[in-house]
Amino acid sequence: MMVIEKPAVSVTAAPPKIRIANLARRFGTLTAIENFSLDVESGSFVMIVGPSGCGKTTLLRILANLDSPTEGTVQVQRSDPSKPSNAMVFQGDSIFPWMTVWDNAAYGLKLRGEDKARIKDVVGFYLDRTGLTRFADRFPFQLSGGMRQRVSIARAFATDPEVLLMDEPFSALDEQHKTMLQQELLRIWDETRKTVLFITHSVDEAVALGDKILVMTAGPGRIKAIIDVPFPRPRNVIELRGQPEYGELVFRIWGYLREEVERAAAMEMK
Amino acid sequence: MAARFIDRDKLISILTPIILLGLWELGARAGLVDTRFFSSPALIARRFMVLSASGEIWLNIGVSLRRLGIGFLVGGVPAIVLGIAMGLSRSVRAAIDPLIAATYPLPKSAIFPLILLIFGLGESSKIVMVALGVFYPLIINTMAGVLQIDRIYLDVGKNFGATRGQMFYTVALPGALPSIFAGIKLGVGMGLVLIAISEMIGADSGLGYMIWNAWQTLSVETMYVGLVVIAIIGYVLSLFLDEVEKWLLPWMRER
Repeated sequence: MMVIEKPAVSVTAAPPKIRIANLARRFGTLTAIENFSLDVESGSFVMIVGPSGCGKTTLLRILANLDSPTEGTVQVQRSDPSKPSNAMVFQGDSIFPWMTVWDNAAYGLKLRGEDKARIKDVVGFYLDRTGLTRFADRFPFQLSGGMRQRVSIARAFATDPEVLLMDEPFSALDEQHKTMLQQELLRIWDETRKTVLFITHSVDEAVALGDKILVMTAGPGRIKAIIDVPFPRPRNVIELRGQPEYGELVFRIWGYLREEVERAAAMEMK
Repeated sequence: MAARFIDRDKLISILTPIILLGLWELGARAGLVDTRFFSSPALIARRFMVLSASGEIWLNIGVSLRRLGIGFLVGGVPAIVLGIAMGLSRSVRAAIDPLIAATYPLPKSAIFPLILLIFGLGESSKIVMVALGVFYPLIINTMAGVLQIDRIYLDVGKNFGATRGQMFYTVALPGALPSIFAGIKLGVGMGLVLIAISEMIGADSGLGYMIWNAWQTLSVETMYVGLVVIAIIGYVLSLFLDEVEKWLLPWMRER
């Protein structure tokens, strides 16, 4: 039974930015994701949490055109045909070791053959926003894990995609860097208001960043609950954690998630 | 501390060959070494001067290097292109891999008569030999280099909308380059071996010819000059390739 704490249907008649209808993906006999339908409003920041192996990454890979669904459809509403429909910030190291910070951040724009002046402006802007301007000529091996992930974020934003996909981008970072990068991400997002689909296994991160949180069931992945996050923006992710409502919401989401995590663990044991 | 150790290591590595050459020379002068077979460093150096003054050695070095260079391009360019195609495409790999696996173990020197038959006694047979020597290590290393590229980089290319050509230039080629370079070094070594062998048969110039001709006229010193020159060429080429590698791959961690 899917729980929707607040009606997900938007009041305006504007078409959703992302429409996922009856999506299923099977690998042989294994069903990663099933019966998955979701509309995402333009400009909303949607978090997806679920136990490991619930098909979160499969869902994102389908949206990123890196995998195709066995059943169902995924549509992204394009506002401008010259923009890419999506850009992904991958889990773990994904920036090219053979390119400088600058060339990595400019990757999507260069592939599209944007003119040099525009690339310079856009990449300069996002390197500045991610605090990487000084490191533009460095190679990834000279950077810390946090800085490498900043490059990945700059690279995704720089292509100005319709939808930004984030696959546990901060999971490899320590707590302090994670918090810093969450705040930086929100700051950039406040300026751009891109539609974001963000996968995480951290309930805490989901509440700190998202407008809506989607809890998924243990495999096969379906939507278990959709929860609205009421905190106003712009947010300060550290101060937010001091508010009683924050703790309550984290606790409530754990209520949905707990059963699924236990089920996932039980399936692993088998 | 570390710097002093490095200086000491360098000193040792320079001193060892000098001491050995000194012992050789002393042994030859004392009559402990048979100079009919082993000559002596001084005699070899003197012969080098003679061959250098007549221009003979430079002519042969030039001819051999030219064959090596052309052969390197003829064998190397298709090896890199095919190697990358094999790394990127499962079907290309399935088509070509068995051919490589079956022909690779054949000693290149054993194919030389066939190469002579097909390409004749002229330049092309030597160039083809070098090309064969360069081709195999390079295609195998290139393919392996592409295959070991982390999948995530291919995903990134795809996600950011790279075309086939862009995938080649931005992901496959740079990602495989360290491995390609290892292949180039192996290939150049193999090329040197094969150019020497093929010039010994059916050639009238080149270092291999010089060495073979020296054997037939029992001119031991000339033979040694040829060997030393080949050794020096190999060493200089490897230093040169190390520098090119540093320049082309600034993104590799310090090793």
